[in-house]
Amino acid sequence: MALTAPTGAAALRQRPAARALPAWVGTVALLLPTYAWLTLAVFLPLCAMLLFSVLTKAPFGNVHPELTARNYLVFVSQPYLLEVAWTSLKLGFLTTALCALIGLPAAMALKLGASGRLRSVLFLLIILPFWTNGLVRIFSWTMVLREGGFLDMALHLVAPGAGSIGILFSMPAIVIGLVHGYLPYMILTCFISLLAIDDSLIEAARSLGARAPVIFVRVILPLVVPGLVSGSILIFVPVIGSFMEPRILGGRVGVTMGTVIEDQFTAAFNWPRGAALSFTMLAVVLAIFATFSGVLRRSAARADASA
Amino acid sequence: MAHAINRRRLVGLVGLGVAAPLLPFGVPAARAAERITVLNWQGYGTDEKWAVAEFTKKTGIEVAHDYFSSEPEMITKLRTNPGAYDVVLCNSARVSQVQAENLLAPIDFAKIANAGGLAPKLRDNASLIMDGKTYGVSWVWGMTALAARTGKGTLPDSWKSLSDPANKGRAALADDATAMIGIGALLTGQDINAPTNFNAIKAELRLMKPDVKLLWSSEDQWNKAFTADEFDVAPYWSGGAVRSIRRYKLPLAYIVPKEGAIGWLDSLTVPASSTKKDAALAFINYMIDPGFYVQWVAKAGAPASAYASAMDLLPADDLNRVTYKTDYLQQLQFQAPLSDDLRQQIGDLWEETKAFYAQ
Repeated sequence: MALTAPTGAAALRQRPAARALPAWVGTVALLLPTYAWLTLAVFLPLCAMLLFSVLTKAPFGNVHPELTARNYLVFVSQPYLLEVAWTSLKLGFLTTALCALIGLPAAMALKLGASGRLRSVLFLLIILPFWTNGLVRIFSWTMVLREGGFLDMALHLVAPGAGSIGILFSMPAIVIGLVHGYLPYMILTCFISLLAIDDSLIEAARSLGARAPVIFVRVILPLVVPGLVSGSILIFVPVIGSFMEPRILGGRVGVTMGTVIEDQFTAAFNWPRGAALSFTMLAVVLAIFATFSGVLRRSAARADASA
Repeated sequence: MAHAINRRRLVGLVGLGVAAPLLPFGVPAARAAERITVLNWQGYGTDEKWAVAEFTKKTGIEVAHDYFSSEPEMITKLRTNPGAYDVVLCNSARVSQVQAENLLAPIDFAKIANAGGLAPKLRDNASLIMDGKTYGVSWVWGMTALAARTGKGTLPDSWKSLSDPANKGRAALADDATAMIGIGALLTGQDINAPTNFNAIKAELRLMKPDVKLLWSSEDQWNKAFTADEFDVAPYWSGGAVRSIRRYKLPLAYIVPKEGAIGWLDSLTVPASSTKKDAALAFINYMIDPGFYVQWVAKAGAPASAYASAMDLLPADDLNRVTYKTDYLQQLQFQAPLSDDLRQQIGDLWEETKAFYAQ
């Protein structure tokens, strides 16, 4: 691809213009399918949800909903939701941090320790979980983690008579399921960032006498930040809205914003409140990103200045 | 003359030729009044092949089926297809919602010979009656009561076993707001359809926290967790309990606690737009017949019959007869329609309780 693109562009330039169309026609024609699709698949459903969130009832059948803001005040009228939201945020931060802690070393191992055929095989192994249904993966974890499950069986092979270490229906079980599900995103984004690092930078650092830890902290880490940030966004957003993993692996303790919102849509048939809760969470996520991107930009600027 | 006869014959022959291909369709068309359409869940009694064949043989009325997969879908189908259906299955708690749009016809019990055998508590259930007229014929009922593992000492007889310290970490609650708030209402001596003291219910449900191991939301999940020995006591659907014992041989006892249990009642209704109401009532009469019920239980498995003496025709050790004792009817509170506000309050309380369990 990288080789053919310039030749293609050159060929286009050399061809004489048959009929002169204004430049914007081409731009619009090329962008139209994308924006039409985005409007249909993202913008319109979001608008519908935004509308639902300010109605008293979902406008289905023979009902006459009225406008209201009370759905957005639910955090005030139902204070227990604040704790649920805090649980979700903690779950998001913990899962993202663990993914970064495991994902970055894995990506570095992939870049430094493997090449050619071995690298493609390892890469395939990382992608492989994506090919199986998420629900299947989560139910597999229940078989491993439950009391008397595979984990217990393995333990009892080594130490017969030891108690159970089954942790199904607990916070750690949820985190394990989530990290397993979302880790590939972090490995992939970090790997792409690592690939973009010019090897000569590392050689230069080494020739200037820097030891491996220093090279990692001063050279590699700053350059891999974009990968970490995009990986974190890809993980954090779905994790704080996750409901399947908390429900199946968390049992009694698995109450998160995701499960509360799901209940509003499926069990309570209160679409307006479900929509309002979703938009509130969206606002919280955007606020967190705004804060973090500000911090990141400032620290990047400081790093540039000091260099 | 010969010429005229020939012409007449010719006309006759042509007429016959045109009519002949229509004949196979023409005959049933003449009996069109004898074909009714039933709207129901798929595989829920009315569409048993042997039953439909027997009914057609007895009455000459043919029976066609259409299905719904949720109660809102049933209401939508009734609303948008006037005249299409003659018999519709309707949960008693939904009858008033459907009749609010005048979609149902009042039942003429004089035309249902078997109606006299229906248990009075079910036949005259308040949910089926509006303005003094009955809009549904009670057909089958079931309940949400307590299931407990056998072989673990004395069986519980109270919903209190869900908060009993002896069952620490051994209870599974239903992730169903109306069922759980209903159990809370039973525990505090309130009407499950009109609880007023929500704080008392909240306190009772909070007491269950140390016992709660998990929340179940499907029969499959219930069976898997029970088989994996994750819990000993749990609320359960009567139909699910019968299936768990019969099909999976699970060691469980099904108990109606002393505080009572939550009942549901399915009725058969006739849409106001039906043009074959007499045929529809004849079919309903067949459906509530104990003879049909006994075969249904034996051939496919069924909930409890609303026909009072039908249960007595089952073999004495039949699981259905043991599970749905006729005496239980007096201990049940039947689910009635809930207003939107009450439904919301019930949903909120359960959501808050779940968050409390999670802490």
